[in-house]
Amino acid sequence: MDVFLQQIVNGLTLGSIYAIVALGYTMVYGIVQLINFAHGEVVMIGAMVALTVIGSLAGANTGMPPIVIVLAGIACAVPVCMVVGFTMERVAYRPLRGAPRLAPLITAIGISIILQHLAMLIWSRNPLSFPQIIPNPVFEIAGASITGVQIAIIGLSALMMLGLTALVYRTRLGVAMRATSENPQVAGLMGVNINRVISSTFVIGAGLGAVAGVMVGTYYGIAHYTMGALLGLKAFSAAVLGGIGNLAGAMLGGILLGLVEALGAGYIGEFTDLCHVSWISSGLAERCARDGHVVLMGSNYQDVFAFLVLIAVLVFRPSGLLGERVGDRA
Amino acid sequence: MQLSRAPARLRSVALIFAVLALAACGKQEEAAKSAAPAAAGGATVVKIGHAAPLTGGIAHLGKDNEAGVRLAIDEANAKGMTIGGAKIHFEMMSEDDEGNPTKGPIIAQKFADAKVAGVVGHLNSGVTIPASAVYNTAGIPMISGSATNPKLTEQGFAVTFRTVGRDDQQGPAIASYLVSQFKPKVVAVVDDATSYGEGLANEVEKTLKAAGVTVLAREKGTDKTADWKAILTKLKGKKPDAIFYGGMDSGGGPLVKQGRELGLKAVFAFGDGACSDKMKELAGDASEGMVCSQAGIPAQAASKPFIDAFKAKFGSDPIIYAPFTYDAANLIIAAMQKVDSVDPAKYLPALKASSFDGASGHIEFDEKGDRKDAEITIFAMKEGKIVPVAIIKAGKTIPFEEFAKGAGA
Repeated sequence: MDVFLQQIVNGLTLGSIYAIVALGYTMVYGIVQLINFAHGEVVMIGAMVALTVIGSLAGANTGMPPIVIVLAGIACAVPVCMVVGFTMERVAYRPLRGAPRLAPLITAIGISIILQHLAMLIWSRNPLSFPQIIPNPVFEIAGASITGVQIAIIGLSALMMLGLTALVYRTRLGVAMRATSENPQVAGLMGVNINRVISSTFVIGAGLGAVAGVMVGTYYGIAHYTMGALLGLKAFSAAVLGGIGNLAGAMLGGILLGLVEALGAGYIGEFTDLCHVSWISSGLAERCARDGHVVLMGSNYQDVFAFLVLIAVLVFRPSGLLGERVGDRA
Repeated sequence: MQLSRAPARLRSVALIFAVLALAACGKQEEAAKSAAPAAAGGATVVKIGHAAPLTGGIAHLGKDNEAGVRLAIDEANAKGMTIGGAKIHFEMMSEDDEGNPTKGPIIAQKFADAKVAGVVGHLNSGVTIPASAVYNTAGIPMISGSATNPKLTEQGFAVTFRTVGRDDQQGPAIASYLVSQFKPKVVAVVDDATSYGEGLANEVEKTLKAAGVTVLAREKGTDKTADWKAILTKLKGKKPDAIFYGGMDSGGGPLVKQGRELGLKAVFAFGDGACSDKMKELAGDASEGMVCSQAGIPAQAASKPFIDAFKAKFGSDPIIYAPFTYDAANLIIAAMQKVDSVDPAKYLPALKASSFDGASGHIEFDEKGDRKDAEITIFAMKEGKIVPVAIIKAGKTIPFEEFAKGAGA
């Protein structure tokens, strides 16, 4: 039971990160129907900038308390990523706004490659260790352990989701965003500056991504210039799972995907252990008696679950769990 | 270390090759001028090639290798040798191969054109392997003091030797250390699904099973996996006494960090891919107490006369592989003396049959050209630094202090 509970804790942490990154995908899609494949790279840049800032502040013996240094790292990473997000929309996507759907999509992939290699030039191709300066206490709850960093990740993610929801449903900018999402032309005629709204969407998504990057770096203690690619794809799957374009859907999809991955990696080995059916052949029974296990699919299938989920959703419920208005848009 | 270190080694080897190439050009001119091999005060000049990266990220290791060869050659010249009736003056032709696999064969060809009598090098496995084909065609014996990839001596080349251990000797070594030191009942083996990681993990599992240890079902990540929590949580439920990971430090660091966060008490063990001080950076205090293996012996465990001579000549301590390149050069010279000829075809059989006491211990080659009973060193993380704790030789564990004492005597 404690193993199960522990996997839930692992999944929730992972899921919170996915959810925050998925929000970036879903917001942009909701407004301009563009899948911004470079979003994973924005997350990576967030982690790298924070790593550099935290590393140099911690190394400079400024006497600042560690928590302040980490906050300074976030405070630098967020604006840098916002600038990246703004620039990429302005330079790469805005000129293609009226173009066929495929053009911006390919451009997004191009931007992603450019950002990855820029990061490689700046931060080298070696895996970098993320400075671990804050003490990370471990708490035991009903047999499962949860660390301070995990609690911070889950808490901060929840706060950001609440904040974003409030922004979208309670502010003028939020109203403008929802209007643009429904119909950009009409919103424009009603006096909404849609260019500004779209830019803000990219900037907010990138800011969230930056925080997610710092979370990933702190959680795993490592950063690499390719770290954004797989993370981005999984978060995209999460967004599709929840219903792309739908904020609540991205959050739900992220958390669900994190749980599916943790539980999947934790239990697939047991479920596909042929020793449960060792009566099929005597050779098998022999191997089971010798090794105690003949596992068909091991934990190396961990990364597959996100994409199995993606395929299943696209086949059986293309609009996602909470999505409604798809049809002409997906 | 095939994955990450190999390219670096490659670069260093390539660097050395390049330097050697330059040197070779110069020497060829000299030779042309004198129009005969007779030079240096009437003595016959015999060239010994050396290749390693002498520029770039691991240039310091390349220089270390080069210093080992230089020391051996200078000592031989000081003794004043007569081989085949002629006075012999050895000359080192050192080339920079940049650790670049494509430069390996180019430099090898340069050596062949310059008619070197033997080659010590290269540093990186990835450079040594392509270069070895050229040496094989040219019939020049080559001894690497640092290339650990098993493939090097599996090509069936008669001229290929090495004075270090092979990667696939590491698995049995670290596994037998685990068994003798920690007496685990249940061990979990995890790998990163690369040929290096999986190969190492397979060897470890084989040795553990042979020792009667229960090995849990293999868990796998990828070489990019940073999230090990799901796998570790599952393992925690099975209460292993030790966890072995076959892979690089970029995966091993997060693994041990997350394992400790989950409250796993098991001993973490790694191969040479995750056997550096970087583990402390990646995993913080969680890395304390981990054990790992590296082929060869630490330079400070080399014989005392070698270390003293090295210090006297270069004013610094050998870094890693200098004792092995020193031995490699001496092996070539000793084989030449034995058959009284500097002709590679003549001294090659004597080299193969070497039984030599060098700076890195006793050296004999097996039929593939690998060193028999090569030592593997076990390191442990103590106060943020990896320090050698034991040497494994021919399946026996020797505590490090004892081994170092033996070498000094």
